[in-house]
Amino acid sequence: MNAMPGWADAIVVPLISVLIAFAISSGVILAIGESPVEAMTLMVTGALGSSYGWGYTLYYATNFIFTGLAVAVAFHAGLFNIGGEGQATLGGLGVALACLFVPWPHWSLALIGAMAAGAAFGALWAALPGWLQARRGSHVVITTIMFNFIAAAVLNYVLVNVLRPTGSMDPATARFPGATNLPTLGEILGAIGIPFSRSTPANVSLFVALAACVAVWLLIWRTRAGYEIRAFGKSDRAAVYAGISPVRITMLAMLVSGALAGLMAINNVMGEAERLMLNAVEGAGFIGIAVALMGRSHPFGVLLAALLFGFLYQGGAELALWTSIPRELITVIQALVILFTGALDNMVRQPVEALFLRLRKGAK
Amino acid sequence: MDLPTALQILDSMIRLGTPLLLACLAGLFSERAGIFDIGLEGKMLSAAFLSAAVAFVTGSVWLGVLAGLVAALMMSAIHGLASITFRGNQLISGVAINFLASGLTVLLGQYWFALGGRTPSLEGAARFQPITLPFAQELREVPVLGLIYAELISGHTALVYLAFALVPLSWWLLYRTRFGLRLRAVGENPAAVDTAGVSVVGIRYAAVAICGLLTGLAGAYLACGLSAGFVKEMTAGRGYIALAALIFAKWRPWQALAATMLFGLLEAVANRYQSLDLWGVPLPVQFMQALPYILTVVILAGFVGKAIPPRAGGQPYVKER
Amino acid sequence: MAAGRPGAAPFAIELRGISKAFGPVQANRDICLQVARGTIHGIVGENGAGKSTLMSILYGFYRADAGQILIGGSPTPIPDSQAAIRAGIGMVFQHFKLVPNFTVLENVILGAEDGARLGPSLAKARRALQALAREHELEVDPDALVEDLSVGHQQRVEILKALYRQAEILILDEPTGVLTPAEANHLFRILRGLSERGKTIILITHKLREIMDITDHVSVMRRGEMVATMRTADTSPEALAELMVGRKVLSRVEKGPARPGRTVLEVEDLRVCDAHGIERLKGVSLTVRAGEILGIAGVAGNGQSDLLDVLGGIARGTGHVRLNGRALDLSGRGCNGHARRKAGIAHVPEDRQNLGMIMDFTAWENVAFGYQGDPRYRRGPLMDNDALRADCAGKMARFDVRPPICDLPAKSFSGGNQQKLILAREIERNPDLLLIGQPTRGVDIGAIEFIHQQIVRLRDAGKAVLLVSVELDEILGLSDRIAVMFDGRIMGVRDPATTSERALGLLMAGVDDDKGAA
Repeated sequence: MNAMPGWADAIVVPLISVLIAFAISSGVILAIGESPVEAMTLMVTGALGSSYGWGYTLYYATNFIFTGLAVAVAFHAGLFNIGGEGQATLGGLGVALACLFVPWPHWSLALIGAMAAGAAFGALWAALPGWLQARRGSHVVITTIMFNFIAAAVLNYVLVNVLRPTGSMDPATARFPGATNLPTLGEILGAIGIPFSRSTPANVSLFVALAACVAVWLLIWRTRAGYEIRAFGKSDRAAVYAGISPVRITMLAMLVSGALAGLMAINNVMGEAERLMLNAVEGAGFIGIAVALMGRSHPFGVLLAALLFGFLYQGGAELALWTSIPRELITVIQALVILFTGALDNMVRQPVEALFLRLRKGAK
Repeated sequence: MDLPTALQILDSMIRLGTPLLLACLAGLFSERAGIFDIGLEGKMLSAAFLSAAVAFVTGSVWLGVLAGLVAALMMSAIHGLASITFRGNQLISGVAINFLASGLTVLLGQYWFALGGRTPSLEGAARFQPITLPFAQELREVPVLGLIYAELISGHTALVYLAFALVPLSWWLLYRTRFGLRLRAVGENPAAVDTAGVSVVGIRYAAVAICGLLTGLAGAYLACGLSAGFVKEMTAGRGYIALAALIFAKWRPWQALAATMLFGLLEAVANRYQSLDLWGVPLPVQFMQALPYILTVVILAGFVGKAIPPRAGGQPYVKER
Repeated sequence: MAAGRPGAAPFAIELRGISKAFGPVQANRDICLQVARGTIHGIVGENGAGKSTLMSILYGFYRADAGQILIGGSPTPIPDSQAAIRAGIGMVFQHFKLVPNFTVLENVILGAEDGARLGPSLAKARRALQALAREHELEVDPDALVEDLSVGHQQRVEILKALYRQAEILILDEPTGVLTPAEANHLFRILRGLSERGKTIILITHKLREIMDITDHVSVMRRGEMVATMRTADTSPEALAELMVGRKVLSRVEKGPARPGRTVLEVEDLRVCDAHGIERLKGVSLTVRAGEILGIAGVAGNGQSDLLDVLGGIARGTGHVRLNGRALDLSGRGCNGHARRKAGIAHVPEDRQNLGMIMDFTAWENVAFGYQGDPRYRRGPLMDNDALRADCAGKMARFDVRPPICDLPAKSFSGGNQQKLILAREIERNPDLLLIGQPTRGVDIGAIEFIHQQIVRLRDAGKAVLLVSVELDEILGLSDRIAVMFDGRIMGVRDPATTSERALGLLMAGVDDDKGAA
């Protein structure tokens, strides 16, 4: 029987976990001799106090939406895809190839082409671990970790030995042609009369990310495939009873997951850097884990969590700029969020459950 | 390749392989007891930082090592709490620990030393000094063997010798003692241990603590032996390579030595040559860097001998009839 | 009962008023039991009668809510397994608690080592094992890996483990479930020898023949209570069967005579091996015709579940199965639940909670479970959740599911209402063949009659029904023909109108009344 209502499980428990994570983070800030209140104020003004701040916040959030959705889709199938980093790296390669070698007439076509290439490369990079799990029983967690490193080596090789323009010392591709440059959020909003900073990297990819949230929501909760993914994730034995093929669902979930991670590249590679550099992903693949855990693998939750982490990232950068608190504070917060919403879930859940049981008994 | 060059590469293999070996043995104890640990990286990193920090402040490398052990043990305690007591997801806990270490080390490093997350360089007694084995100089003139003794075997720091000594010690502990028997049993079938009247939780915590101690040594070696101080993200994926070596070694101590030295050799070669020519096929340096991971995937896929992890690995133990 | 024998030796083990509840379920109620030293005492009862809970209390896995355990006459609290071992209790679990990649010797000393170093312990255990092997016919290679041993030998290791720990009281939980008849006979010889040497043995089983063959005394458990204890010599399998099942107040199922039509299902020489390579179905042949209910009677674990699984496409097997004359794929890509449903088979699985539904899914989501590809539930590329909700509401009304709230997760419904939901899902597909296992297990009394009526109605609509149940009353009340399964085989097919419970009971125990012992 249920010890507590569904809303408590979906909202109260994660909320308490996040609050604990933030309380401890405040303790860390105190411990290094800074004021949590001042830090928070600085972060809020820096990230949300201006359209410049918002531009960066939304840019980071766009990355995290993609990687968060990637982890969430795999979670629904009971798979833990730690390989978002590598899949996004390969997605970057796909996007770069599409931008560099196809003469696109217009950015919108280039975007579609880059999305296809990024998603395909990311999906491919997730397909191998998926296949190894489905067919050979190799644990997807370990193989995706290994594939992250292999992806880094592949990118390094390609950048240094293949795509680096002659004469350049920088391990990066040439600048993408102007026709592939995506409109920034400032340009888009400016066109409809809303003043918005034009010097931020937020771009049209944000809308693709929002569309991806809707698409994933439709996929998971409105299609047969999503139904089968969720059923398989809840009980693989029951799934077999219902005629669902474990191999097919594992592959499908990993392909979608990898494609979403790969899609991130339209934001950071095509939208921001406009060329492919080493370590372009900057850990966004891992932040996807925190985002998915905190968002309870629901696209709307992922969206909120991604915004929170986008805020933390931009706020953290501001903090590093104006105080002696380094950006790595954000990594600590991220770790604590993963720890409390993920691994220590039972520690939070058990007392909450006990409380609800007591309330229910009291009501009777 | 002449002998001195070969010896230099092998010497470098030993130095680079040692942290991998220590971390690999650490993972071995934890995973043999059924606790997966992808947080080796974070434990090493936190130990590297705290050992360097304390060694710098106190001027004593041994106090530094002690601090490193404490740091790694604290991370282990979090992992134990999450995966043993609260039966959480061990993988997620490991991920969290890696981020926690990566963030906290820079945060505290900046607070204490204001060098952008680095510690100041360690000098003198704050760093491990090479130990010259007896007669190393005298035997140098003996052809081949003398040179190997003087160049390769002699002249390492204390933790290198300790790491190598830990291989037979781990083997003995695992296969020749009551504790080892119970530890291995807990990783295979905790119910068997439980019905025999032995505490599964106790054994698992002990294993996680040993894992903490060994990653502590690995981290201390990185910061105070291999390098002279802590640098941001200085573990650079070594925790994951150790994990790969563990799978490669099929969770056995002697094989762990072989696997970590192989991976150490790959790193040494990659450091020395920008590209290699193997029977006419040019091998890019990136390929050498990725080789440990590629080899691990191949092993995991069961194409070259099946790596079977401890059967109860990753699952919290719930007592049931 | 032999309580308070003046001057006699104290009982090896005595239970006084043991009770244990799990939430609202009373698993054990006021259990009293006395077992004399050097005897073999059987405990029989159906699945869920509370035997296993009782044994877990004896081995310190659960603590009793009330009651007292006396070992050798003195009250002995058993808070954990260690205390049980100290009290001289050894347990052989149904699922062995062995470390597969350890040697026999290592398994035997695990937890009972002498000193921190293994060497001396192993040497001592090796000598002790040799002595035990000589004494009790318990030969096992001490250096063999347990995973390389046959199941029978693994069981010997479990017994050796207990004896090495100086156990005086040996409890065996369903020890023959995984053994071949020859292995079982060997086990009984060992047990007999042990009891002659003064060991006390408690044998938990649901196989009546074993009880009759080997025990000195037998106790019967039913619904958490100890309903009878007697000398084995004074009873019979029929009497025990009656005590096990009890006289239940079951309203007779209203049904007219069957009008069987063409043959729908033909099964020929069907064989199934489980994950451990043990043959669970050993050549089953049967037919089910349109408009009839074939009931499969038998004690749990004799292959009925495997029969349902392979027909439902969950497990693989060999042999021939034809549905409406068309062969079913038993081992290839076409052996899956989806293909079976398309062929016209509906399946209400025995394990409702783990197979039949996803407990975290809502009721309306579960209505599509197994039929998620149905075009009626689809609108364009998406699933039509409105259609699903409407269908769910209709099914809930027609099958009287309470509360009739489609958005409630499946786990919030009672067992009976979960079953009605599954039944609605499967029956309203209008299948040619309905596979249904344990239709009323864990179902509240009120729902039983309704579920039975639905099954009969499907039959009257000219459909074939294959019913598996361990409840003999249910089989007798519903079936038009009864096939009895024992040890992976069909022992015989009987007409419920002309057969007796006694005859069925004997068949279920593996005794063919026409041919003598099987």
